Amino acid sequence: MGGRMSEELDPRGHVLVPEHRVLSKEEGEEVLRRYRVKPHQLPLIKSSDPVARAIGAKPGDIVEIKRESFTAGRALAYRYVVEG
Amino acid sequence: MRPQRVIESIRFSLLSPDEIRKMSVTSVVTADTYDEDGFPIERGLMDRRLGVVEPGLTCRTCGGGPKDCPGHFGHIELARPVIHVNYVETIFELLQSTCRKCGRILLKEEERERLLQEMEGKEEWWKVSEKAVQTAKGRQECPHCGEEQEEVKFEKPFTFMEGKGRLTPSDIRTRLERIRTEDLRLLGLDPSVRPEWMVLQVLLVPPVTVRPSITLETGVRSEDDLTHKLVDIIRINQRLAENMEAGAPHLIVEDLWELLQYHVATYFSNEISGVPPARHRSGRVLRTLGQRLKGKEGRFRGNLSGKRVDFSARAVISPDPCLKFDEVGVPEYVARVLTVRSRVTSFNLEEMRELVRRGTEQYPGAQWVISPDGKRYDLRYADREELAQKLEPGYVVERNLRDGDIVLFNRQPSLHRMSIMAHRVRVMPGHTFRLNLCVCPLYNADFDGDEMNLHVPQSEEAQVEAMILMAVQNQIISPRFGGPIIGGIQDHITGAYLLTRKETLLDREKACQLLMQAGVEPVLPEPAVVREGVEYWTGKQLFSVLLPKDLNLTYRAKICEGCSRCKEEECEKEAYVVIENGELKRGVIDAHAYKALDKCELWDRMVKEYGVERASEFLNHVTRLSIAAAEMLGFTTSIDDEDIPRIAKERIEEKIEDAKKKVRELIEAYNREELEPLPGRSLRETLEMRIMEALAEVRDRAGQVAEKHLTLSNPAVIMARTGARGSMLNLTQMAACVGQQSVRGERLNRGYVGRVLIHFKSEDLGAEARGFVSSSYKDGLKPLEFFFHAAGGREGLVDTAVRTAQSGYMQRRLINALQDLHVEYDGTVRDDRGVIVQFLYGEDGADPMRTDNGKAVRVDRLVEKIIGGGAK
Repeated sequence: MGGRMSEELDPRGHVLVPEHRVLSKEEGEEVLRRYRVKPHQLPLIKSSDPVARAIGAKPGDIVEIKRESFTAGRALAYRYVVEG
Repeated sequence: MRPQRVIESIRFSLLSPDEIRKMSVTSVVTADTYDEDGFPIERGLMDRRLGVVEPGLTCRTCGGGPKDCPGHFGHIELARPVIHVNYVETIFELLQSTCRKCGRILLKEEERERLLQEMEGKEEWWKVSEKAVQTAKGRQECPHCGEEQEEVKFEKPFTFMEGKGRLTPSDIRTRLERIRTEDLRLLGLDPSVRPEWMVLQVLLVPPVTVRPSITLETGVRSEDDLTHKLVDIIRINQRLAENMEAGAPHLIVEDLWELLQYHVATYFSNEISGVPPARHRSGRVLRTLGQRLKGKEGRFRGNLSGKRVDFSARAVISPDPCLKFDEVGVPEYVARVLTVRSRVTSFNLEEMRELVRRGTEQYPGAQWVISPDGKRYDLRYADREELAQKLEPGYVVERNLRDGDIVLFNRQPSLHRMSIMAHRVRVMPGHTFRLNLCVCPLYNADFDGDEMNLHVPQSEEAQVEAMILMAVQNQIISPRFGGPIIGGIQDHITGAYLLTRKETLLDREKACQLLMQAGVEPVLPEPAVVREGVEYWTGKQLFSVLLPKDLNLTYRAKICEGCSRCKEEECEKEAYVVIENGELKRGVIDAHAYKALDKCELWDRMVKEYGVERASEFLNHVTRLSIAAAEMLGFTTSIDDEDIPRIAKERIEEKIEDAKKKVRELIEAYNREELEPLPGRSLRETLEMRIMEALAEVRDRAGQVAEKHLTLSNPAVIMARTGARGSMLNLTQMAACVGQQSVRGERLNRGYVGRVLIHFKSEDLGAEARGFVSSSYKDGLKPLEFFFHAAGGREGLVDTAVRTAQSGYMQRRLINALQDLHVEYDGTVRDDRGVIVQFLYGEDGADPMRTDNGKAVRVDRLVEKIIGGGAK
């Protein structure tokens, strides 16, 4: 797997890729507080994930994902970035 | 439930011969079990020291009786070592990747170091070992002692060859012994295990409690399959030992050794490929260790994930339209056996005393009494009068099942949560469980011999929980789409239609009769018609008696034909339904009013706006009213319902002839290559599509002709049009023309070269040659048509068989994957470790069961409610 590919191709422009955003430390802590969870109880995302790389997410960060939802129109999800 | 302690890991390991000997209370040397007097033989397979199963005996090891003695292991010293079949693959890998002389792993020192380093602290260290083994396997020469390696071959099931010679289990064992402990990790083994333990020298004998013998009524003892297998092993082991001692020829010893290997292998598993399964004397295949654990009836799925239960019953089911739909009819002889724990209180003291006095012989009685100190009294033997007197609050009585008790009722396959629901008991005569027809779709039950299960929750908590979560009333709305799945079916629809047609007029006697049968007080409104001094009521008036007085509703009935200009209130087919202030003004009641799984406008509104209690009452009454109406007004269907006049028949034949001609023309055009291909299709495909089109059209056209003569005065048509049962397509196939048969979505085309049957010429593409059935079911199919029809029908059968098998397995996997997910109080979906799966249930947090057909709010209904006024 070449790093070159991902440098050239930014997955964020694709219609099927929802909007990802790295949360600030405070925002991240707020999310953990809101759901009363430890970081590893969030869904995970690998730092090698194409989108994670594109937005520069580092292990330990929390990523917010805005998805189109069939039932709710728009849904927020959070993922904890892990090594890999 | 969140676990109190988390299991971090489970370790499976091998027993060393020393451990086996240490665990063992005796070595077993005698192949016999009992002597002539029926006493266990010392050092035999039923040795008293291995534990006891028969009552009255004590264990020689622990002194306990059959209840307290858990059983104790013994062992068999094997005369020659044998391979443990479940480890042949591992042994093969080890032989290939270690030196035949020095036993070191076939890796250079630096490779060894590097791989060990890589493994260090890694959770998935065995992945590295796979790499190590792969490299070592390829080595021709030992990097440590320089020994030339010979190729080891494995011949299934348990023979190893090196070069030309055979490796005996003894050879293999010495080889495995030479492997160094520090190499074990690289070979994928835990260093606390020695590889030579995979070749057995000592065999563990399970306690008798694991393999109890059964004494038949005749007094003949029958041993467990495992005991039989162990007898075989000991017998051969003994012969092998004797022959070796006597210095028998090598060949004989080898043969016996091989036989011992076979017996030990089948003892572990009797389903090894390439090994004939060991059989009982009768020819039955033995069920040995592996079979005990595996599969649906095995220890895991059959005894640990699911087990047999007390307080349950199973019986054939039959219908009873007079039951309420949340009731279940239980035969008295079942109620005499099943019990419920009833706490004695100051309120029910006398009642309980009476039940105890009646005891086990009279029906509403009791089976057991439990005193506050936990002592159980069996009412079959106890002095019941004395016990009844002793009864006081704090006692518990196990009384018989009776009317009103809460039970769980279930029919397999339990595909959704409505497959097991809480019903109320109605004890009645007979031998079957009785249920109301409205719940049949949920259980997918019919009465062609179906059986169902019944469970009695014992604690008050369980009963209340069942009632709140599982009561039939609480399942009216489907959690799948938020609409009713319980409702009227079949005759409930027909009956309501017959009753609410405008021509139905009933005199006082009949009107009262109907309302009585429906179970409501026969309070009649003002008669609609008075003719020659006699009062008459319309069916609509009777139906309206059951409706809430403030109900306003307007909708189109199922029989609506979708005319281009709707006459609404003036609809002469009565397809426009108007209910004003609980009065059915116009229109008929049919499937769109209250049929399960259909649109059911009326019923849906009842459940959602008047609550479950009121709605249940309505359904119980309306179904009985409908059935009574159908009985009173008369309803029957027969084969001549599908009769159509001769002229119509001729018209249909003409149409079919035309279509066949059109097909011939298409084929000629195709042969002349004048056919215009459709985009993306070959010429042949185009032809097929055009033909199919033409033939599908003619079936519909024929149907239309027939439908002109199939009017609502025809009972079969009433059923189809009101949505009670069957469709117009079914009817036209019976009356007019069955139509094209197909397999895999194509006209029939397989069989002989270029033709399906020998009655046609090769490459005949005509309608008849490729499975077009122009007859109707009523007229009967011609022989060739019958064949085509059978071919098409077969596909349907195969499809259902395949689908159920596949979806069953898929459902099993889904359930296993999803069973721990739950919705937390904050609306998140989490698993048992608290890991979030969804941040808001369904992303909108809505419970589909509490939505209106999947929508959280129905705005039009809301507006209607606020501004008031029902009719638009």
